[in-house]
Amino acid sequence: MTRITVQVDDESYTDEVEPRTLLVHYLREQLGKTGTVVGCDTSNCGACTVHLDGRSVKSCNVLAVQADGHEVTTIEGLAKNGELHPMQAAFHECHALQCGYCTPGMIMQSIDLLNENPTPTEKEIRAGLEGNLCRCTGYHNIVRAVQTASGQEVAS
Amino acid sequence: MTLIEDRPDIAVKEIGRERLRKEDQRLITGRTKWTDNITLPGMLHMAMVRSPFAHANIININVDAAKAAPHVKAVLTGADLGDGQGVLINAWAITTDQKTPVHLPMPSARVSFAGEIVAVVVARTAAAARDAAELVDVDYEELPAALDLRENAEDKVLAHPDLGTNKSAFWKFDSAEAGTGGNVDEAIATARAEGIVIERDYRQQRLIPAFMEPRSVVVDPTGEQITMWSATQVPHIVRFALAATTGVPESKIRVIAPDVGGGFGGKLQVTPEEWIAWAVGRRLGKPVKYTETRSESLMAAHHGRDQWQKLTLAATKEGKVTGLKVELLADLGSYVAVVGGGVPVLGAFMFNAIYKFPAYQFTCQTVFSNKAWTDAYRGAGRPEATFGIERLMDELANELGVDPFVVREMNWITHEEFPFTTVAGLEYDSGNYEAATAKAKESFGYDALRAEQKQRRDSGDRVQLGIGVSTFTEMCGLAPSRVLGSLNYGAGGWEHASVRMLATGKVEVVTGASAHGQGHETAFSQIIADRLGVPFEDVEVLHGDTQTAPKGLDTYGSRSLVVGGEALVKAADKVIEKARPVAAHLLEASVDDIEFSAGRFSVKGTDQGLAIQEIAGAVFVAHNLPDGMEPSLDSDATYDPINFNYPHGTHLCALEIDTETGQITMRKYTCVDDIGNVINPLIVSGQMHGGLTQGIAQALFEEAVYDDSGTLVSGSFVDYLVPTAADMISFDIGHTTTPSLTNTLGTKGVGEAGTIASTPAVVNAVVDALRQFGVDDVQMPCTPERVWKAIQSGGQKQQVPTEAAAVPHFDESEGGTP
Ligand code: FES
Ligand code: FES
Repeated sequence: MTRITVQVDDESYTDEVEPRTLLVHYLREQLGKTGTVVGCDTSNCGACTVHLDGRSVKSCNVLAVQADGHEVTTIEGLAKNGELHPMQAAFHECHALQCGYCTPGMIMQSIDLLNENPTPTEKEIRAGLEGNLCRCTGYHNIVRAVQTASGQEVAS
Repeated sequence: MTLIEDRPDIAVKEIGRERLRKEDQRLITGRTKWTDNITLPGMLHMAMVRSPFAHANIININVDAAKAAPHVKAVLTGADLGDGQGVLINAWAITTDQKTPVHLPMPSARVSFAGEIVAVVVARTAAAARDAAELVDVDYEELPAALDLRENAEDKVLAHPDLGTNKSAFWKFDSAEAGTGGNVDEAIATARAEGIVIERDYRQQRLIPAFMEPRSVVVDPTGEQITMWSATQVPHIVRFALAATTGVPESKIRVIAPDVGGGFGGKLQVTPEEWIAWAVGRRLGKPVKYTETRSESLMAAHHGRDQWQKLTLAATKEGKVTGLKVELLADLGSYVAVVGGGVPVLGAFMFNAIYKFPAYQFTCQTVFSNKAWTDAYRGAGRPEATFGIERLMDELANELGVDPFVVREMNWITHEEFPFTTVAGLEYDSGNYEAATAKAKESFGYDALRAEQKQRRDSGDRVQLGIGVSTFTEMCGLAPSRVLGSLNYGAGGWEHASVRMLATGKVEVVTGASAHGQGHETAFSQIIADRLGVPFEDVEVLHGDTQTAPKGLDTYGSRSLVVGGEALVKAADKVIEKARPVAAHLLEASVDDIEFSAGRFSVKGTDQGLAIQEIAGAVFVAHNLPDGMEPSLDSDATYDPINFNYPHGTHLCALEIDTETGQITMRKYTCVDDIGNVINPLIVSGQMHGGLTQGIAQALFEEAVYDDSGTLVSGSFVDYLVPTAADMISFDIGHTTTPSLTNTLGTKGVGEAGTIASTPAVVNAVVDALRQFGVDDVQMPCTPERVWKAIQSGGQKQQVPTEAAAVPHFDESEGGTP
């Protein structure tokens, strides 16, 4: 067991974890942050995407101990004072989710994408989301949501 | 069969509006209730030990080391569970003499596919269970595995030696025998002499539904009732089957499908994992949980499609089709799953599609193999049928040297001819294929793209353009119970709804159609808001728990709106009828003088009236009701559809093929679908986008590939190519509207339309680009390798097996480094 201290969604947690515990399991099982989900075992689906010190990571591919001393933001920490993050609002407005299973990861990745490139083209958006799978939406409205959040014109 | 005359005036308010979804708020903020999120006091975790062999006798299972491992509470085998584990049912024996082996959740003597469960480890943590599962030592005696569909149909290797054959059932429809048309063999003989005969073998590859939420199940045996939470599409069917096979009375079973992360047919099943969790929970008296890994999901959750289609189309030399003969071989996998063999039969009525064929015959032989069992996957039977006929119509057009639309127009049912009884015996109530086609061609820019295609062809451009057409219809709204009965299906096709008027004027709606991403909460609220004249926000839709929604047949087959929605309308109408005498009593008027409109009961010719919410309040306190009236407005309705409904559409695909690499790039995709009246255009467009993507993925990317020993090679998302955002393009979607005449709202199903229509549109486009090289077919998925080889060989017939990761679309180095 290793002791770690992590800032998650603006709160500090100190816990004993097994060295092999993945960040996603730490979040879900020890902290009850079940908004972040697991969709695969090969780091391909992106369902588990969170921010580590402001950059997106696949939390199934990071050990909890690697987050020691760092700051994690999950989907649950995005809305501030009951106000949705603009990306959350855009996903809602553009109907960019159906079952919603990919959504937490998709939103976290989309925010990272705009942080890197505030006005991406459709092609850049598609490339930037390549590591996040969605089986429901065909990505059409997800692309629209990212365009909307970036303040760009959106085709229908 | 026509309901249109008693359709009331529907105030066009909520219906047809692009309402943003009610269900989004919790999903975008992470306040979700997936089954895997559930933790109960003292809950134990299960891990499965699965056979690595496709076919083997189990000689011995040594569980000693696993039992001794830290935190392990139990290790159980099939022998330990014995009869108490129940069996997994097949609800649809397509013939009365269908052969099927007993399907135990955990067999003790022999495994029949790689991934079958042979032991379960129960421990205090999921990690401890998984670790200990590695320690279970199983001795297998490997048996020859039946892996090739065509060879299996010849009984070369037996999947279940005791059965003596791999053939499960043979199902036939013949229009001459049914009296719905002529003799197909005569039509073919005539065409051979003086017309055109097109003969093709098409492969429907094996697919995996690949819903994003892995399946998960929690069983809590504490308390008077045993509760199961499951990531399922069908809580009611699971409850029924648990009662029927495990000896627990139905009244003691509660099944809950909380938030469910996609299904696409893949969660329309009764699964070994559910049954084992049920048995283990009851045996240990403790809550248990099992959540599969993605690898387990791809390997052991059911697969879809997997057919060989032998098709013979007869036509006059002018191109008028005179007969169609369909001979299918369908791979069941190792057992007949819950709907299993019925899936190809759902296609039996759809091969004739939108056309007027005088003669038709469909036969299907279902065949066992030592692979994962197959069952419903989005479209179920209808994509296969649509693919077959739409590919053939293109071949016929090519034979005649005409545009693909020419043969379609020559053969389709014109809009004046509805209602039309087809050669398969179905009555199509409405449609307008001409209108959808005209609109699609215009939006697509058909003529300009054809011109560009010609120019590229003439100039010998390295990049060639292919244009693919698919005009489809489907039967949806499963299903009239009488029809299901005639097909020997084990249940009905009705749906149930309740509407409860609460004292505060809010409305609770209970539906038996349990959603998993479709947006029922929003669409059903819109229907009720209009029907009862209450605010959209005041309607709460409850579903997915057999205790709150005790009756229902769940969500599949594009049935929720057209069957479940109709039940809802009927229940709401009963509420209004119950409220009417109360309104009359309170307004001191005659019942005959009470009118109901936009949520208000008023006295004809006066300005006196009461809102439905006020009536609800009056009924709640019950101080002043008509004599003898039961103080309740709450109403139920169970609706059995009288007919299917038949959405249709015209889909057009343009793609570019790099003839030097075989690389395909989607250029444009246009579809114009007629799905009748639309409740929520936003939800409909989402269903179309997702459906199209799955159909395109069948054409270009996906296949469940097994190696020679029966191991699933595409057993992870590295190799099973669910398309990414970068693989797809934006779609051009439009509608024409001919309301369905078989339900009050005039709606048709939409959940499967995109998937059904898009696969042949894409493959027709691929073949269209390659025709000039002598190619008349490319097997799906049309990978760059297959396309390139087809060009090189000038269309010479060849079998190119699908490579694992044929179109690698993940950058290996990118594997998610933090
Ligand atoms: S769960 Fe992390 S990438 Fe799939
Ligand atoms: S919304 Fe269902 S997987 Fe993306």
